[in-house]
Amino acid sequence: MIKIFSIISLILVGLVFFYIAEEMPDFGNPDNPTNNNVSRRYIERSLEETGVRNMVTAVLASYRGYDTLGETTVIFTAGVATMFLFQRWKKEKPPGVRK
Amino acid sequence: MTDPGGVSIVVRTVSRIMIPFIQLFGIYTIAHGETSAGGGFQGGVILGTSIILLSIVFGLKEADRRMPRELLTAFMCVGLLIYSGIGVLDLLSGGRYLEYSSLPLPLPPHEISALSILGVEIGIGITVMAVIILLFFCLAGERDA
Repeated sequence: MIKIFSIISLILVGLVFFYIAEEMPDFGNPDNPTNNNVSRRYIERSLEETGVRNMVTAVLASYRGYDTLGETTVIFTAGVATMFLFQRWKKEKPPGVRK
Repeated sequence: MTDPGGVSIVVRTVSRIMIPFIQLFGIYTIAHGETSAGGGFQGGVILGTSIILLSIVFGLKEADRRMPRELLTAFMCVGLLIYSGIGVLDLLSGGRYLEYSSLPLPLPPHEISALSILGVEIGIGITVMAVIILLFFCLAGERDA
């Protein structure tokens, strides 16, 4: 009984998904909502605003500078955490370690 | 003809020749992040892999002698400090945080921005390189004393 019910509900959900997928924007269409004014601004004015010819670097380091600072901090934190977990301390043992 | 680590002389000779070129390519990747494909993350990883190759071929002790962990820890902090320090310099010279063109240099604004982005990429590269090497050293250095 539960099996039949789950199969029927799966088919219904699948039909809904197919119906929604019909309404999705075409792939690569320049009029899509994702290709809005922000990306046009990057393409047209990133050279004069940031002075960098590589558009990816312009977005990464200038327009999204806070994000990249956070990413670098994440990498730094990963390094510090691994160091504290796996580093063998020569001069004195860290507190809390038995023997 | 192998050393106690079991690495043959061919591998040792080739990696001794290749490691400087790998490092040069890493520096190139960092420095050309503005004009072509590349950037701090990628170049930092390439620089890190050169030291990882050194430690695989010549042993962890030799790699630790060339690149001590204290130096790596310092590099890790210095790279992040370069990045955030550029932001603080922008703040001190009257702009917003990481608003590169506010630095008081005798250059047009987009040139100052390009210079600051180069500095930022160098900072990212130093941090990523140090963290990659440190991860390898910490995870690989458990077995042998």
